[in-house]
Amino acid sequence: MAHDDHTGQPLLAVNNLNIAFANDAGETAITRDVSFTVGHGERVGVVGESGCGKTVTGLALLGLLPERTARVRGEILFQGRDLLNMPARELRRLRGRDISMIFQEPMSALDPVFTIGEQLTETLRAHEKVGRREARERAVAALEEVGIPSPHLRLDDYPYQFSGGMRQRVMIAMALICRPRLVIADEPTTALDVTVQAQIIDLLRELSDTTGTALLFITHDLGVVAETCSRLLTMYAGEVVESAPVDTVLRRPAHPYSSGLLRSLPGLSERGGRLPSIPGRVPAPGQMPAGCRFQARCPHSADGCEQGQPLRELDNGRLARCWRGAELTLPGAVT
Amino acid sequence: MANRVKQRMVAARLLQALPILVLATFIVFCLMQLIPGDVAVTLAGENASMERIQQIREAYGLNQPFLVQYGQWLAHAAQGELGTSLLSGEPVAHTIARTFPNTLLIAVYAVLVSVLVGVPLGILAATRAGSPLDSTIMGAASLGVAVPNFWFGMILVLFLALGLQWFPATGFVSPLEDFSGALWYATLPALALCTNGIAEVARQLRGSLVEIQSSQHVRTLHAKGLSPARILWKHGLKNVSVNLLTVVGLLFNKILAATVVVEAVFAIPGIGSSIVNAVLQGDFPVVQGAVLAMVVTVILVNLCTDLACTVLDPRIHA
Ligand SMILES: Nc1ncnc2c1ncn2[C@@H]1O[C@H](COP(=O)(O)OP(=O)(O)OP(=O)(O)O)[C@@H](O)[C@H]1O
Ligand code: SF4
Ligand SMILES: [Mg+2]
Repeated sequence: MAHDDHTGQPLLAVNNLNIAFANDAGETAITRDVSFTVGHGERVGVVGESGCGKTVTGLALLGLLPERTARVRGEILFQGRDLLNMPARELRRLRGRDISMIFQEPMSALDPVFTIGEQLTETLRAHEKVGRREARERAVAALEEVGIPSPHLRLDDYPYQFSGGMRQRVMIAMALICRPRLVIADEPTTALDVTVQAQIIDLLRELSDTTGTALLFITHDLGVVAETCSRLLTMYAGEVVESAPVDTVLRRPAHPYSSGLLRSLPGLSERGGRLPSIPGRVPAPGQMPAGCRFQARCPHSADGCEQGQPLRELDNGRLARCWRGAELTLPGAVT
Repeated sequence: MANRVKQRMVAARLLQALPILVLATFIVFCLMQLIPGDVAVTLAGENASMERIQQIREAYGLNQPFLVQYGQWLAHAAQGELGTSLLSGEPVAHTIARTFPNTLLIAVYAVLVSVLVGVPLGILAATRAGSPLDSTIMGAASLGVAVPNFWFGMILVLFLALGLQWFPATGFVSPLEDFSGALWYATLPALALCTNGIAEVARQLRGSLVEIQSSQHVRTLHAKGLSPARILWKHGLKNVSVNLLTVVGLLFNKILAATVVVEAVFAIPGIGSSIVNAVLQGDFPVVQGAVLAMVVTVILVNLCTDLACTVLDPRIHA
């Protein structure tokens, strides 16, 4: 898969993204120095325990965090342009056209009092000069593409007339209708039945293949990552702790946290599994240790782990936030 | 199919309204019995003999048991016969036709002003939630909800009528004869009635708009690249419209009830003052007829708001 286009730069490069929320006590830092890239057409999985900052990172990419409280620092380069320094108007033009987002809750993500036809066409018409007729035709085509039966009949239906899985299909149709370069999918199947989950995942992978859209796939399901993505980002306590090709990380993870996740995995063929649990608890935001954030739970902790851990480069493009990453031989899910 | 459902809903609601009408008029009839004074004595004039009073009682059926009296009134009313005033002899239907338009004009006027002022204020506060402007508007609204209508009415009369002489302090002309003149007379009473309304509309609208703006589907709209203005005016307002409509419907009922006081303050020949006078004099056909007209109006307004809600929100079914 092509990671870079002819300009040589990745589609998305996030550099040292720090997200904090202002509150009465000042600011609570949620993510620290999150950096990663997504190549053109690449599918990158993001995993990590609940609360580690996956959703806020995804929202920050689109500038969707609450303006009044969110403090976002760093750099988000999309096609070379920094989204954090972009005028609101221009960023708006990018949203839904070049970068789309699919949310976790299909039941509440669509406006209940407008028909889905209206919601699809308004997305199109916000970004492209198309007439009503053409917009409707393209909406029908978009619904057809995501596998909604007799789409021209469903265009004037309201969201409540669709099942959860069908609504998520509508969300996907809406996210893809302008043919974006990047789709951020934030646990798009967590709220759905297990059988429907598989269909939606397959659909997303297929559409990403046929349209060449890159996918940032936030999920709890490592099995899905194994089947869908080429690279895996592991996040822990607001930091990226490992970034590696999926096949490498499954065999030989370089960070003890990734290893812990993978090892307790029931089996990659099973879908719909939650992230397996690792003994101990994540430090609360605002109470992070100075050194390695995983130290309290790490079976490989040693002298030196109390030092701050930068993301280190290992062999063949792997990055790990652990100074012992190269020396340890950690078990993965596949042996 | 949707139309059939709606027709059935209207029919069902109208049927449900019948017992409400009977109950409301019955309660009013009972209350009338508790009021001291005897209309027959009033009718007989000064120094009338007991015999004369008794004759009058019989002539008007006032000597009959109370339930029989109510039953007779109900039987007539069911045929559209509301009877005549015991005192003036004017048919009650005429009294209603003469006074109700005045009251309705004031009430509708007050509701319109409440909406026309309250909606922009609510939107302004919601779009600047947390700002000093928001706090000011909401502070004023809390005050507006707390202030009694007639108190504000008195202040208005003092300033705009007696002081500046912009508007007449008392009196009325029928909107059926001279509409612009009636508007002129209705302005002060309507302003007096709308303080609570403006405050109520602004507060409720702000509340539901702020809630909608932090909802997940509005986040989707931002993610799609729609402009904040479009999100507010198209999606925000349609989402809160059911709420707003319900508030306005309730407001109309409240304002209609409050016209009774305001008509007294401004000496307006409305249905409220007719009821007050008739109650004081024991003129029960007028009281019954006027109350019936009020209750029917309230029921119809509620039905209309409910119907409009089903149009605005596809999830609501009859
Ligand atoms: N608007 C906000 N204001 C303040 N804190 C927030 C806000 N949104 C998220 N947070 C905090 O940021 C942290 C990370 O939240 P986030 O939703 O990104 O976690 P996540 O990794 O997506 O978890 P999950 O797997 O449960 O979805 C949490 O501690 C959360 O409480
Ligand atoms: S730095 Fe030390 S404590 Fe942290 S993950 Fe590596 S080995 Fe474990
Ligand atoms: Mg999340």
